Amino acid sequence: MSTRTFDVIVIGSGSVGMPTALFLSQAGLRTAVFEGYPSPGQGANKAAIGGVRATHSDAAKIILGSESLHFFRTWQETYGTSLGWKKGGYLFPVYREEDEKTLRDLLPFQRSYNLDIRWIEPKGVADLVPGIREEGLLGGTWSPDDGQVSPLLANDAMFRTAEKAGCSFFFNEAVREIISRNGKVEGVQSKSGRTIAGAVIVAAGAKARQVLSPLALEVPVFPEIHEAGITSPMADFLSPLVVDMRPGRDGKTANFYFGQNAEGAVLFCYTPRHPHQGLTREGTSEFLPIFARRLLDLLPRMKNALVRRTWAGHYPMTPDGLPVLGRAPGFSGLFLAVGMCGQGFMLGPGVGKTLLHLVTERITPEDEKVLRALNPSRRFSKEHAEVLA
Amino acid sequence: MYRFTSHPILPPVEGKVVSFFFGDREYHGVEGEPLTSALIAQGIHVFGRHQKDHAPQGLFCANGQCSQCTVLADGLPVKGCMTPLRGGMRITPCVGYPKLPEENSGREVFSKVESLSLPCLIIGGGPAGLAAAAELGRAGIEGVLVDDRPALGGKLCLQTHKFFGSREACYAGRRGIHIAGLLEQEVEAIGRMHLWRNSPALGVFADKKVGILKDGKTYVLLEPEVLLVAAGAREKSLSFPGGDLPGIMGAGAFQTLVNRDRVLPGKRLFIVGGGNVGLIVAYHALQAGMEVVGLAEAAEVCGGYRVHEYKIRRLGVPIYTRHTILRAEGKDRVSRITVAALDERGGILSGSEKSFSVDTVLLALGLNPVNELYHAAKGYGMKVYAAGDAEEISEAGAAICGGRIQSVRIAGDFGQRVTEPSPWEGFLKDLKSKGKVKIEELSIPKDLQVYPVIRCDQEIPCNPCTEVCPVKGIRIGKGDLLGVPTFQGDRCTGCMKCVLVCPGLAITLVDQRGGDGKTCRVTLPWELPVEGLSVGKKVPTVDMKGNRIGEGTVKVVKAGTDSCRLITLEVPFEQREAVASIIPPAYRRVQEETTAGEKAGAVPEIVCRCERVTREEITALIRKGYRDMNSLKAALRVGMGACGGKTCEDLIKRLFREEGLDPAEISSFRQRPPLQEIPLGCLAGVGNIEETHAGTDPGKGTQA
Repeated sequence: MSTRTFDVIVIGSGSVGMPTALFLSQAGLRTAVFEGYPSPGQGANKAAIGGVRATHSDAAKIILGSESLHFFRTWQETYGTSLGWKKGGYLFPVYREEDEKTLRDLLPFQRSYNLDIRWIEPKGVADLVPGIREEGLLGGTWSPDDGQVSPLLANDAMFRTAEKAGCSFFFNEAVREIISRNGKVEGVQSKSGRTIAGAVIVAAGAKARQVLSPLALEVPVFPEIHEAGITSPMADFLSPLVVDMRPGRDGKTANFYFGQNAEGAVLFCYTPRHPHQGLTREGTSEFLPIFARRLLDLLPRMKNALVRRTWAGHYPMTPDGLPVLGRAPGFSGLFLAVGMCGQGFMLGPGVGKTLLHLVTERITPEDEKVLRALNPSRRFSKEHAEVLA
Repeated sequence: MYRFTSHPILPPVEGKVVSFFFGDREYHGVEGEPLTSALIAQGIHVFGRHQKDHAPQGLFCANGQCSQCTVLADGLPVKGCMTPLRGGMRITPCVGYPKLPEENSGREVFSKVESLSLPCLIIGGGPAGLAAAAELGRAGIEGVLVDDRPALGGKLCLQTHKFFGSREACYAGRRGIHIAGLLEQEVEAIGRMHLWRNSPALGVFADKKVGILKDGKTYVLLEPEVLLVAAGAREKSLSFPGGDLPGIMGAGAFQTLVNRDRVLPGKRLFIVGGGNVGLIVAYHALQAGMEVVGLAEAAEVCGGYRVHEYKIRRLGVPIYTRHTILRAEGKDRVSRITVAALDERGGILSGSEKSFSVDTVLLALGLNPVNELYHAAKGYGMKVYAAGDAEEISEAGAAICGGRIQSVRIAGDFGQRVTEPSPWEGFLKDLKSKGKVKIEELSIPKDLQVYPVIRCDQEIPCNPCTEVCPVKGIRIGKGDLLGVPTFQGDRCTGCMKCVLVCPGLAITLVDQRGGDGKTCRVTLPWELPVEGLSVGKKVPTVDMKGNRIGEGTVKVVKAGTDSCRLITLEVPFEQREAVASIIPPAYRRVQEETTAGEKAGAVPEIVCRCERVTREEITALIRKGYRDMNSLKAALRVGMGACGGKTCEDLIKRLFREEGLDPAEISSFRQRPPLQEIPLGCLAGVGNIEETHAGTDPGKGTQA
């Protein structure tokens, strides 16, 4: 059993852990990443469909999302490799007056953060989504600067870059215990021994509660199971990522969303109305028929698209639908970046930047805003749940 | 035209000739045959171009697994090997990504996906699944058997040769195509088991339901109390530079083309792999009139049964043991391959390269069980069994027996009294025997005028000769199946039944009656064309292993049973027991072209065919420290194509081994549903989904 010493330990190499580790090691901090899987990004990261937007309805998420969007958008010019970035925006087609009101009411707030998001008329929606059902279509909001990235390529590219920057990765090494003395975190224990560091960042996604429970630290993060799928690739026909906010007539779905990625495949997902909680990643027989019905109701031409694969991933949910980010209450040197509520991939780089500032004690006014809103010690109230979760 | 009309075993194809378009040109094909067969019959081998590098895409699996044969049929992307030809169809090569049709036909008619509970579901209508269905039916258990093909029988439908095994347990001594029919009749006669042809199983889900695409168009969820997975096997692959060229395909794909659709992929064939599949497929190619340029086997000796090897040796097929294929070359289609000898450590022996002009290469490298549905179902806590190749790779006879055994267990689950051990267990143990014991001295009957010469020199589990002998003169030493048969009777009626029934073509009949002491009549079995074998013709004779003996005169050519012919020769008396067969008149020996030392251009070695990922790219990442199939997938897209890594997983693991790593330590791909791509319209029960997605119905009897 050996003892190693680092400046920072990151638990998890997924949507949040990987960019965090990248920024820390690029800033010259000796960084170690502990991952229970044999390789990076094998938790919820690879299950993400890769939508990236800044146009949220919550200020903290707008800030984090904008940072992430900038990071993904500029990756190729900075590092030369492709992340499968596709700038097609997010489109929310609207068929119900209440949805029109919700979205329109948000526009001034979103625009106050310099986000390009606009209301477009039905014709504009139909131009962006050729073949969309026009009957009853009232219009929609479109945010052309948002886009899509391949979570697989992104995680792999960040991994390679972090390694080059000197980051150490320990795979097949789930953290068994976070070591602390008198409320001060000293490192972690894993199968190969003890690793010492003054700062430990928990970015364990769906497994946050397991990692923190030995410290008797309760975080209200409950993984919900969401299923997703992908079609075989097709010639480019759809530029935006489309979100249909309506609940399904099936009684089982809330919203659903889909988009054609840079490879030509359509990725898709729906939000179950009564989601199952747990850590399983197995799919149910309901998913495909329910999704197919919803999609074809909206975009009938998709009937001939071929479903290639389906999978399930986790939405680590919090009661108010907002992430948990900041110093862990009652411990010094322990930082939490968990409960991303299914948006870990699109928020990850922003969260990573904030964590870098937090660990190195160089907080910006924007960080402060974010940290206040996402404070782990906040009262998690359902009333504050976000409109565009 | 690459269609053949006459075949020594298979009945002629009957089907309506229809016209279709490929690109701008009009062609004719047989209605209902798969598009790929219709195209290959016209000499068209390139069905599209890959979006990544514009590489030509041709037939590879012919089994709906790999998607390399994707074409556009009336505007829709379909797998050519699974899509039936219709008159007037417009087929377009799939160049790059296909376009999603724009049509918007107004409000669709949706129907709810049906969910049915049932006692038993059998996935796979091959030998194991059909045998199980018959036994379950006998036990009074109801259920559904689903199969992805229009004709039941699985790979038996592609086998023109006779099978080893037990007469009683698995219809031994009959041809695969006939066994398929017999099993199907057995199931139909009993009833109770509904047979859903053309209905692939697409996945098992956590809620213990199985998704089936019924009749190739209606998605149905079945919830069985007991599931039996008898989904058969898929072929192992091999990567080598140029190995992705059209014309290089799995042995099963070849059998499908030739023995089911009567279409020849070319004229000159080379086979990689000397197991039973490789040896048999060589024989099938010869039956169909192709030239078999050679067969390479990496081991010291061929792994298949000796009698299968002798069949092709007698017909002059050169077998290169301790050889492997180095590369294939050609523009848009393989035109030349190079093989080389292997040294003691499995490396290439330099200077041993030999090249051959070929237009077809078959990969016959063994089989892997199709068992992902079994493992998924087990993981979800379903009551599930596996039988046949899905349980363990073996011969069809063992699969039949295994299916019957599992059905006895399933009957037990339904509360029926079960005799333990099942009478089939003993058969199965013998049938799984690999014929390890070989015999070098044959026993020949003495003091008889008429007698069979039995050249069975390996303990193959097989007994038809003992069962057909009217005087019960042929006996097997050990038990009922193992051991080699010898003639121990005190007389032989000369009925020829043993000559005709032997799957190894290892029995001839010597008849000294009426001879002058200088010559003797020998009758041998014949399953090849008889052109040129007229009475009075002198033909070269060979021993069992193909060594030249002398000459014989054809005296009689007559039809026997089961499409096997009998040729009676007059040969010199002293050669009567040595002569096992003849070299047919049309035959010419293959000449190899030695090209030792010749420099080949750089040809990429594609490992992941779907995403066109090379060995170089994968090895580079392994050297960088990648230790997980999933991380290779993230970085390179290996396994993300239509086949889901079913073809490349083994190949990638081999690359790990080459880098000195233990493949057992490398986590595998996870097969997730659907196992085959399915149109979203089928999942939503859309009323007017294009018929092109329905499966093939070649409209041909596979029974004699």
